[in-house]
Amino acid sequence: MAEEKHILTMLVDNEPGVLSRIVGLFSGRGFNIESLCVAETIDPRASRITIVTKANETLVEQIEKQLRKLINVIKLRDLTGSKSVQREMALICVRAKPDNRDEILRMVDIFRCKIVDVGPEYYIIEATGTNEKMNALINLLKPIGIKKIAKTGTIALFREPN
Amino acid sequence: MKLTGAQILMKVLKEEGVDAIFGFPGGATIDIHDKLEETDIRHYLVRHEQAAVHAADGYARVTGKVGVCLVTSGPGATNAVTGIATAYLDSIPLVIISGQVPTHLIGNDAFQEVDIVGITRPCTKHNYLVPSVQDLARIIKEAFHIARSGRPGPVLVDIPKNVQQAMTDFKPEQKVKLKSYHPTYKPNIKQLRKMVEMIKAAKRPLIFAGGGVILSNGSEQLTRLARSTKIPVTMSLMGLGAFPGSDPLSLGMLGMHGTYRANMSTGQCDLLIGIGVRFDDRVTGKTDAFASQAKIIHIDIDPASIRKNVPVSIPIVGDCKTSLEVLNRFLEEEDLELLTNNRGLWLDLIDRWKQDHKLAYTQEEEIKPQFVVEKLYELTKGKAIITTEVGQNQMWAAQYYHFDRPGHFVTSGGLGTMGFGLPAALGAQVAFPDALVVDVAGDGSIQMNIQEMATALQYQLPVKVVILNNCYLGMVRQWQELFYDKRYACTCMDHAPDFVKLAQAFGAVGLRATRPEEVEPVLKQGLDTPGPVIMDFRVSKEECVYPMVPAGAPITEMLLV
Ligand SMILES: Cc1ncc(C[n+]2csc(CCOP(=O)(O)OP(=O)(O)O)c2C)c(N)n1
Ligand SMILES: [Mg+2]
Repeated sequence: MAEEKHILTMLVDNEPGVLSRIVGLFSGRGFNIESLCVAETIDPRASRITIVTKANETLVEQIEKQLRKLINVIKLRDLTGSKSVQREMALICVRAKPDNRDEILRMVDIFRCKIVDVGPEYYIIEATGTNEKMNALINLLKPIGIKKIAKTGTIALFREPN
Repeated sequence: MKLTGAQILMKVLKEEGVDAIFGFPGGATIDIHDKLEETDIRHYLVRHEQAAVHAADGYARVTGKVGVCLVTSGPGATNAVTGIATAYLDSIPLVIISGQVPTHLIGNDAFQEVDIVGITRPCTKHNYLVPSVQDLARIIKEAFHIARSGRPGPVLVDIPKNVQQAMTDFKPEQKVKLKSYHPTYKPNIKQLRKMVEMIKAAKRPLIFAGGGVILSNGSEQLTRLARSTKIPVTMSLMGLGAFPGSDPLSLGMLGMHGTYRANMSTGQCDLLIGIGVRFDDRVTGKTDAFASQAKIIHIDIDPASIRKNVPVSIPIVGDCKTSLEVLNRFLEEEDLELLTNNRGLWLDLIDRWKQDHKLAYTQEEEIKPQFVVEKLYELTKGKAIITTEVGQNQMWAAQYYHFDRPGHFVTSGGLGTMGFGLPAALGAQVAFPDALVVDVAGDGSIQMNIQEMATALQYQLPVKVVILNNCYLGMVRQWQELFYDKRYACTCMDHAPDFVKLAQAFGAVGLRATRPEEVEPVLKQGLDTPGPVIMDFRVSKEECVYPMVPAGAPITEMLLV
């Protein structure tokens, strides 16, 4: 069976130790985590966690069942194959010398990013987009010289039916 | 009414119907132990916290109630971990209460502080650190609810010392409300209807019953199903007793040391009905080869057990007992005569396997361990509560003692914890003071919690320990004999204590048998003696447990005697 990427989004109790239960379940059972994002929701008693994992069909079924067994997991949804909006965000510090500034600005424009900090030798770019877009951008910036990068994992929401 | 945390704890324990607690005190439980003395809940002071958990576990397995234990912070809590993991793997309902250092010291590496909630996260069904006295009653209620409902399991509640001492207004909690925890008890009716059709179509059906049947109290319903449809039943180690072992339809245990006929029938059946089992590797052998001709129906309350290890045609999530009840009702509408008409061929085939390869051993000059268990079965008329240690002793107990009722075989199946049997026997004896409780032990395992003889004496719990003393860590030695060219590395136990004198040192009775003709008299004398007894049976040292399926081989490929 082929491994596929799965985006799991879940609401969990916003309590100490809950993240550790979830991460511990993945490490203890040898499940894979590609990325993970957590933050409080509008309801301060709940947090939303988004985990991207790679697994075949049987394994992802097992991952979801094991997650649902945790008392602190309130709701869980696998967004793979369903209609959803997915985003990542990155702050990228690139080498910016007078001779390549134009090129960087062009790319920032094409990818609809923003320059959020400027120095004599660098720009910090703020970028959001799908995982594919982020990878494309990073690949184009690499030859120019990425000094530092901070990236989030994927966050995603199910599109409400009309 | 203003009460302290410790007093509130007592109130809730009483509400939950707790009548016995197994524990060991320390600085972080003094307040609780102090208040416990004022109630009519009996406290059994063990000699090691691991034993407290195993005793509570034994109590839970024979009563079906939640077992409760109480340990102090730090080393008290870490000592309990093996017991907790043991209960977790066998889905036994326990509430473990641990004392913790005061909240303001948590995270400070305070004296006797460990993060026991962190340590036990992967081996509890759920756990809690009680943040304040206002949360205590609710958390204890939730702990009991979670422990006993759905797929049962151990729940740990860590209570800081200042929470035990703090005062608050106590009002009895109402019902437990948990947002997202709603185990599925009621099975899907459509799936059960499909199941009926599959049973009707099957020529060689087989039931495989496990601990889930016992936990859900579904033995009666299982027995009805098997008898009305004439479907033979095999059981996992945890399932022994779910269906009468002496019934002609019983094939005995399945798995690595299962009977020939049970293992063979999984290879030939065209329908396998797994009920309250999890298809672990000791049962399936090589999974690709397991039940390769069969469609599999799987009933379990834990959805995660289904399709974890084997593919399933009809998954049924639900309580085993409830599911079997509904199924039996549906089957009543069917023409059972027609349904069971040509079961003869299948049952004949199984019977031939039985005749060809009975469980057997050869009687020689020395005592054979199997003979001891056989005699024990005879003398107790199969009515004793049997606990076991782990290793060959455990397998011989499973093979040669035939359990006709649930709750009579208490063994550490999932974790295989040496040292489980004696404390578990104490717990069972506490639950049923008049029952005959026997720990079938190995010479290695018994040394792991032998200190509990003191507990047995203190509370006059008349457990009988039957040591199958082969001077080896026998099961490991068996693997070395069969798969490691007889290199017996580190498995020889010839520096054991004199178990007869040891029994006497504890104030118990010690007996020994060294020749086959002494087995029966020693057993008789031991079983008839009031109070705790250790019987040391010097058995044949290099006896092996057969059948044996080498790890990873197909379950139908057995090494035989
Ligand atoms: C706590 C623990 N440590 C190690 C083992 C591995 N182990 C499994 S069976 C066994 C041998 C047990 O020896 P004994 O109690 O004498 O039983 P026998 O097999 O000889 O009947 C061992 C060491 C275990 N199951 N549990
Ligand atoms: Mg031994």
